Amino acid sequence: MRGEVIRRARGGIAALVLVGLVVAPWVVDDYTTSILARTLALALVGVSVALLTGVAGMPTLGQTAPYAAGAYACAVVGSRVSDVGVVQLVVAAAAGALLAALTVPLVVHARGVIVLMITLAIGELVVIVLGRWRSVTGGTDGLAGIPAVRPFWGFPALASDQARYLYALVVVATLIGVVLVLLRTRAGLVLRAGRDDETRLRASGHRVAVHLSGAHIAAGAIAGAAGSLLVVAQQYISPADFGFDTSALLLLGVVIGGTASVGGALVGAALVIAVRDWLFGVLPGHAPLVLGALFVATVYLLPTGVNRARGRLRPRDAPAHEPVAHDQATVAEAHR
Amino acid sequence: MTGLLEAREVSVRYGSLAALDGVDLCIHDGQRHALIGPNGAGKTTLLNVIGGSARPQRGTVRFDGRDVGRLGPAARARRGINRIHQRPAVFPTLTATENVVVAALPRVIPRRRWWPGGRRRAAQHLAGPLLDQMGLTAVAAVPAGHLAHGQRRQLEIAMALAGRPRLLLLDEPAAGLSAIEVGRLVELLQALPRAVAVLLVEHRLDLVYALSDTVTVLRDGQTLAAGTPDEIRTSPLVRQAYADGVA
Repeated sequence: MRGEVIRRARGGIAALVLVGLVVAPWVVDDYTTSILARTLALALVGVSVALLTGVAGMPTLGQTAPYAAGAYACAVVGSRVSDVGVVQLVVAAAAGALLAALTVPLVVHARGVIVLMITLAIGELVVIVLGRWRSVTGGTDGLAGIPAVRPFWGFPALASDQARYLYALVVVATLIGVVLVLLRTRAGLVLRAGRDDETRLRASGHRVAVHLSGAHIAAGAIAGAAGSLLVVAQQYISPADFGFDTSALLLLGVVIGGTASVGGALVGAALVIAVRDWLFGVLPGHAPLVLGALFVATVYLLPTGVNRARGRLRPRDAPAHEPVAHDQATVAEAHR
Repeated sequence: MTGLLEAREVSVRYGSLAALDGVDLCIHDGQRHALIGPNGAGKTTLLNVIGGSARPQRGTVRFDGRDVGRLGPAARARRGINRIHQRPAVFPTLTATENVVVAALPRVIPRRRWWPGGRRRAAQHLAGPLLDQMGLTAVAAVPAGHLAHGQRRQLEIAMALAGRPRLLLLDEPAAGLSAIEVGRLVELLQALPRAVAVLLVEHRLDLVYALSDTVTVLRDGQTLAAGTPDEIRTSPLVRQAYADGVA
């Protein structure tokens, strides 16, 4: 009964937020609209982080890597090949998935904090490559002057900030819908089971590494698609868009939002980005400091949060069959 | 005649301690085999070796005529070796039904192979009757983490059966259950499909005699005796071992 009420309330809030997002560009000025479009792209990366951290139990600091791969692939295609949005999206998602697939061997056999370190290294390496590979990426100057996107063949190019924002909104809403549907299938069920108890999943005959690889590649594709939205929103990208601060911010947002839910991840990511941009104006130069303090506080609370959700922080071969866990609160609950 | 499971000359050492020292074990299709012995005799280690979560330093494990010694627990589960743990292992945030569905997925045969959701649906069809059989229908939608210990045990049995086992490894299934729950457990285990072979590790001899048709007694990592429950019950050797090993 209560669950039903909560579900309805949640659905209502989601609908309200969606309506708010649709009318937003007519309410706020162009500059804010373009910031909102960028935030949408980041929120989509946040969804991919939530997918890995919360659903699959692999905490990651490296989703900026497929995000960057998608963005640069989209920028190159957009400048030289096609200004059609669908093409750019597919190319960007494929680039993100490809990068994720290449890093699968590094990631799926590690667990917990080790995954954080490995993904952090991957993210940093990608930023370094972007800075050095000048012929393709433009080095630290980045790529500028990317033509405005047209959503589909025969559509006009999206010349205004509002139009580009709405394009990003449609893409993000569609992809989140796809993710939510997929999470209700067998794949989502098995991932949640593996997060609960990997040893048990293996004992039932599941190929855990295969499931995790699939999740990693899917999350890479989502982050890659988000990269294409960043290009659409900014028409300019540089390695600075994909630094450690971005991945830390995303993980922080996802952890605050409650790692296991996609909606929570969206709220958390939006919140953290808003705080950052607001602090940027209020306390110029000190935003990283405040976010750093917030991060330390959250990490300090993480053990309880990560334990229940997100079981993979235990060492690999430790006995996994602890009776559950109603006494362990998530970070989200601890915040209430 | 060869058995479903044949373990030969299995030895496992932990440092200087020999947990198992050249143990042979043969289980036929549908056989109900119990493994007893004092604490530290190597019963759980042998179960681990058969289930694939421990590797013996010496010896072979053959299942269904094939050497499975190099396979991990997942691969062995796909071949039909399923296990019930000393502490019930379930997925706490998944509902009882979802637990059974997840356990059924690797071995389920969907009616239309390439139909989206076919495997899931086939597993779902399996889950209902299994939960019913275990008396869990009323809590089918409850997260497994909120179930009582006895219910988790029943759920784990349902999960093991969902994997269509040919050999079921039971590691002290009665541990932590009340007298009523133990009675129910015995009924459930007696009602297992006749084709399923069972290897039972249990301290309580009344359960062993009720559930098994063959008993192997381990002591200090070696086979002390093997025979029917009646033979074991009357064996002076076994009485001696229990008198020494258990206070």
